[in-house]
Amino acid sequence: MGPSITDVFKEYWPIFLKGTIGTLRYAFIAVAGGSILGAFVAFAHLSKNKIISAISSGYANILRGTPLLVQMYIAYFFLPLVVPFLNNVDKEVYVLIALTLNSSAYVSEIIRGGIKSVDIGQSEAARSLGMSASHTMTKIILPQAIKNILPALANEYIAMIKETSLAGTFMLYELMYTRTILANKYLSWQPLFIIAAIYLILTVILTSLVKLLERRLSVSD
Amino acid sequence: MTDKLSPLIETIDLKKNFNDLQVLKGINEKIYKGEVVCIIGPSGGGKSTFLRCLNMLEEPTSGEVYFEGEKLDPKSTNIDIHRQKIGMVFQQFNVFPHLTVMENITLAPTLEKKVPLEDARKKAMELLKQVGLEDKANEYPRKLSGGQKQRLAIIRAMAMEPDVMLFDEPTSALDPEMVKGVLEVIRKLTDSGMTCVIVTHEMGFAREVADRVLFIDEGIVMEEGTPKELFENPKNERTKEFLSQVL
Repeated sequence: MGPSITDVFKEYWPIFLKGTIGTLRYAFIAVAGGSILGAFVAFAHLSKNKIISAISSGYANILRGTPLLVQMYIAYFFLPLVVPFLNNVDKEVYVLIALTLNSSAYVSEIIRGGIKSVDIGQSEAARSLGMSASHTMTKIILPQAIKNILPALANEYIAMIKETSLAGTFMLYELMYTRTILANKYLSWQPLFIIAAIYLILTVILTSLVKLLERRLSVSD
Repeated sequence: MTDKLSPLIETIDLKKNFNDLQVLKGINEKIYKGEVVCIIGPSGGGKSTFLRCLNMLEEPTSGEVYFEGEKLDPKSTNIDIHRQKIGMVFQQFNVFPHLTVMENITLAPTLEKKVPLEDARKKAMELLKQVGLEDKANEYPRKLSGGQKQRLAIIRAMAMEPDVMLFDEPTSALDPEMVKGVLEVIRKLTDSGMTCVIVTHEMGFAREVADRVLFIDEGIVMEEGTPKELFENPKNERTKEFLSQVL
């Protein structure tokens, strides 16, 4: 069986800590970048222009309808061939591009859903007061949509924490990658339980924070 | 500006389809400054759609709407300027829940007409006093009753200093005991000389405040006249039938 789980953790906790920080960091970059990109995709999807709307909904459908791991492989092996300047950057950038694009597809649906959840009467009231379309969006619709968007974005971050485990496949230093490091020290099973426990702790803590956030946001309704 | 001779609002052969359903089948109407026009008729007859076409919330399928002599075009940026002069009050109030009562009133004037915030707040306070909501200025709408929300919606529109006010069944979503207070506010408005177009099921109120009543059904103005003519001596069979059911 080899050494116990506690012994492994006591000995190698700095590795797990570094992996945890890597996981949180990659997930954050993916969701933050995905939010910015996703906002554009969402507005394009809501556009009255049918072509723009179709392109953005196609974009979201492709990224949500194919496995993230396949997208990562494509980013890893294909992107450097077609985008030459990526040859000089760190390999983690390819993986992060895949994570960000993937996240943007989910975030765009979150933002679109949040905007559509605001009663149509709100924009009718604003427009009938003579408010411009852009003021109606920024002063009336978005401030109300954000209540639905923020908790869903936080949930997307939690989901992304688990998704980033795939990045270990490409030697990115995140939680799952610690398994590879410790497997070299003939520790086959102990790290897996530690890794699982850390993922669980992260998601449980963050999920309860989201619940708290949801309660806070609903107070003002 | 318009005078008694040229209409404030004019519709020419106004038609509106929703998919295959023709809701408005050609309405020609003139509404003059200072007039109070009440629109009655059965649900689904087209009266709300007609009202919503007057400020282009509903884009007509064909036909024209002229406001103060200018043709309204929902795609032009000018439409915002015109809408600033056409106040609208909705059945569901549509107050802004994320803004305080005061902000509900001051947002559009400060944003779109560049009224200084201090002036806008002063004006809002006057309006709030007129409708008995001065102590609610810093509350959020969720603390208001339906009747209070509707009174807020009315003065929110008034704060833009419109030339006409459109009311789309303003009391239909209210609890019965709230109706009177809202109607009183509208009556004060009509008494002050404000041009009003009111879609309503309150026949008693229409009779009292209207200069002219339109009976809209099946997408056309079936009959129109003074309240006395229309309520006491309706000529159209559909009008008679409708009135016998609601009176």
